[in-house]
Amino acid sequence: MASTAEMKEENHWGGSSRPLGARYGKLMMWFFLLSDALTFSGFLTAYGLMRFKYEKTWPIAENVFTHFPGIEGDQPLLYVALMTFILIMSSVTMVLAVNAGEKMNRGAVTNWMLLTIIGGLIFVGSQAWEWYHFISGDSGAIETDHAEILHVYNEEGERLSFSQLVHGMENGHASNHGETFTKEEVLSALKANTTYYLQEPGKAGEKFDHVASVNFLEQGDIVQGANMTHNEYGRKQFANFFFFITGFHGFHVFSGVVINFVIFYNILLGTYERRGHYRMVEKVGLYWHFVDLVWVFVFTFFYLV
Amino acid sequence: MAEHNGTWWIWKVFWILLIVTTVEVVLGIIKPEFMLTQVAGTSILNYVFLILTIFKAAYIVQVFMHVKFENKAMKYSLYLPTLILIPYLTFILLTEGSYLFQ
Repeated sequence: MASTAEMKEENHWGGSSRPLGARYGKLMMWFFLLSDALTFSGFLTAYGLMRFKYEKTWPIAENVFTHFPGIEGDQPLLYVALMTFILIMSSVTMVLAVNAGEKMNRGAVTNWMLLTIIGGLIFVGSQAWEWYHFISGDSGAIETDHAEILHVYNEEGERLSFSQLVHGMENGHASNHGETFTKEEVLSALKANTTYYLQEPGKAGEKFDHVASVNFLEQGDIVQGANMTHNEYGRKQFANFFFFITGFHGFHVFSGVVINFVIFYNILLGTYERRGHYRMVEKVGLYWHFVDLVWVFVFTFFYLV
Repeated sequence: MAEHNGTWWIWKVFWILLIVTTVEVVLGIIKPEFMLTQVAGTSILNYVFLILTIFKAAYIVQVFMHVKFENKAMKYSLYLPTLILIPYLTFILLTEGSYLFQ
């Protein structure tokens, strides 16, 4: 026993000891991912803080992200489920690439890496589509002079879009479809329909009677779409966190695609074949799985909970 | 590195992730009535989502990121900081958040 301990002691001084059993590059990638995980958890918990603060009127994600390409009407969660599937799929092709790399199978690594890059590009594109719809808006809302957001409802408690309010229930669409309205149009339509009222968004938003509603609109203004200062879906913090967290994640995906492409190019050039191992694929693989891991949490905390 | 034969273990994790995500989406769309009971600040449904999320995350980290096959020192140096710091931060911020209006 003593002799083996001495042997180990000698090995330490020789520089060959690897207490964590991982190579330098992989270890550094892990350190980066660890710090990045803490960064993302900081963002997501900050989101949680705001959400718990404004619990009653925080927008419900399934009323915000309701579009699906080519389908009219409310499709909550479907689109983001598709995005999740694409990212999981591209994570799987990445493991397959790493696996093929360990077996020095250049053809298979090339194909799987290419599929991973394509998956990443589709994901970034889907996110752009989601952002476009979030920014251009859906039903429209009234913003009071105290920056509170209110939505229009009819006597049956159905949420109305500006299109339905101004053009009437028969002629209007459940979504404004990019049509812009003026405050005067919305105000006169709201005045004309005395059974319509305004309500705050969220789980326990307050209702206001018709007189108060008209008064709110007279003092306030209308909002269509969402940006960093005005957000028709509810609290502007919701839009801020949406842009920041999904944007930061999307930027990670984008960087991942770029890094994957560099590695893919090197595979084509035969760099790793000459080097004798595909450890670079393993390292970018870690990064790519991390991006998928973060999305699992973003999906839960932004869209499900 | 891991000793694996073939690629079945990758596809196994793929199916697990796919099925769990599908369950989450279905629960998110139908929102079963009995799961909306409030327990300790939020609904049972949200606890289910949280557990399923951690379940998925564990599979991604353990298998896709190969942590299952690392040595003990490596596992501890990755798990301890995240599993101590993140729940701690979450607990403090969510508790503070619910007091901000009082």
